[in-house]
Amino acid sequence: MTGTHHAGTSPATDYEVVIGLEVHAQVVTESKMFCGCSSRYSGAPPNTLVCPVCLGMPGSLPVMNRTAVEATIITALALNCEIPEFSKFDRKNYNYPDLMKGYQISQFDLPFSQAGWLEFDDPANPGQMRRAGITRVHLEEDTATLKHVRDSSGETYSLMDVNRAGVPLMEIVGDPDLRTADEAGSYLRAVRQILRYLGVSTANMDEGAFRCDANVSLRPWGQAEYGAKVEVKNMNSFRSVVRAIEFEIVRQRDLLDAGGRIVQETRGWVDDRAITVTQRSKEAAHDYRYFPEPDLPPIITPEAEVERLRSLLPELPDAKRQRFADAYRMTSDIADTLTQTRALAEYFEQTVNLSGNARAAANWITRDVLRILGATGAEIDQILLTPAHLADLIKLLDTGTISGRTAPEVLEEAVSTGSMPREIVQQRGLGQVSDTDALTTAVADAIASNPKAVADYRAGKATAMGFLVGAVMKATRGKGNPGLVNELLKQQLDG
Amino acid sequence: MNLTPEDVDHVATLARLGITAEDRSRFAEQLSDVLEHFRALQALDTTGISPTAQVFNLHSVMRDDVARPSLPREQVLANAPRQEDGFFRVQAVLET
Ligand SMILES: [Zn+2]
Repeated sequence: MTGTHHAGTSPATDYEVVIGLEVHAQVVTESKMFCGCSSRYSGAPPNTLVCPVCLGMPGSLPVMNRTAVEATIITALALNCEIPEFSKFDRKNYNYPDLMKGYQISQFDLPFSQAGWLEFDDPANPGQMRRAGITRVHLEEDTATLKHVRDSSGETYSLMDVNRAGVPLMEIVGDPDLRTADEAGSYLRAVRQILRYLGVSTANMDEGAFRCDANVSLRPWGQAEYGAKVEVKNMNSFRSVVRAIEFEIVRQRDLLDAGGRIVQETRGWVDDRAITVTQRSKEAAHDYRYFPEPDLPPIITPEAEVERLRSLLPELPDAKRQRFADAYRMTSDIADTLTQTRALAEYFEQTVNLSGNARAAANWITRDVLRILGATGAEIDQILLTPAHLADLIKLLDTGTISGRTAPEVLEEAVSTGSMPREIVQQRGLGQVSDTDALTTAVADAIASNPKAVADYRAGKATAMGFLVGAVMKATRGKGNPGLVNELLKQQLDG
Repeated sequence: MNLTPEDVDHVATLARLGITAEDRSRFAEQLSDVLEHFRALQALDTTGISPTAQVFNLHSVMRDDVARPSLPREQVLANAPRQEDGFFRVQAVLET
């Protein structure tokens, strides 16, 4: 239902889908945004990371966390935003029990950044990129958490934990440039990858460190004005974001086709029923009465400071992927796989530096290392097989010390014990037999015990040679140097 | 500038305040006076003065990202009308 449309061929009832995403990402810091309470609230007992600033006590004063401000500006730079010299914080006023103060400190009209863009994989054209505008990246504070309870008498109430309140929260507002649910998914993956490359957020959706709201509207093709927009919330996974948007597109199209009107509202995604339901209609729409935060002086970011922060940017996924494809002459698919995470890309490059063999490093990592990670659920920097181990294995192969048949066994042992491949080969006597005398006997045995294959060979059957090589390899438990075995077989058969 | 009783209702709703009909006309009058005072300020000639939200000549006041101890939980919860298992207990909140 989210398929592409083509202007000109469309009947009057065909609509253009317009999607914009708002992403909230918790910034990784030691302390909260405006006070010194620890921001590592996960697992902490309720209300133990709380101070007068968190509670909004009269007389308490917020002071902003430099690391969180810098992380926001660095993220904005990675998303190609402009950084205005002057910015400030504002109070967003609303009453809800997750706010102790009755307002959230956020940024309204003068945020840290504006007018950027992001490129993401075009799901409709593999290998091609699409670009979406980034309206702004700004900084605010996270809210308290609420747990809803119904006791045995049927009474309902909520329990509030203020530990999360005040944790720095970055908001990345995207322009309404996305046209399908799959594009939204792809855009979201690109945002998450950049946040993780920068190390500014864990961007883990299941821990609540990465949240996404979607604004979805439909308009007849060719119409300049946007249709009434519906804000969809409560998506807890990438999959639910895509499904919720797909649902919303169909719901709105069906409603419009039936002659209905879309109401501007907030809808919540109900995952187990796979539908969106009304949360708040326009009548109850928020009236936030923003005003400048009087307790926080404005922020001036001089050009020199912007350039200093820009110089801290690591190589970003797109640039790294391009460089890998060029420098190591690999396909874009392999380059894409190896640059999934910054840690994996570094693992690859360290292996290349230590082994001098990029092709082998790419093969081992994309095939075996990723399989091991998938099977164990471990991160690349948690496994016992380091780049030094993998490079050692590659060198053993490149120098002919072991054969390709023995290598997987050596790898498995290195993965489970952390021993160096060189030591494993020595201890277990897995070294390849390149000794002509030792192999000559095995070759003679193979010829003597396989008369049919020998006859086939002499009759010119190409497969017979492979059979005889296999017999020798079996006899030497895979340790024979295949090139040498081949040569010796030919000598004895033809000689 | 006169606030209507409807304006007062709107502001009261946003502030989660329950007010009586009597309050409503009294607040409409008082809040109108406050706005009248700002109208007087707005009459000042501010030509050549750049807009500001701050009266202090400070900017970019930041602290290093260092965590320090928080309050003991008994103090955090000391003013709470109701508490339960270390949480603040509040009226049921429904996402409606
Ligand atoms: Zn605090």
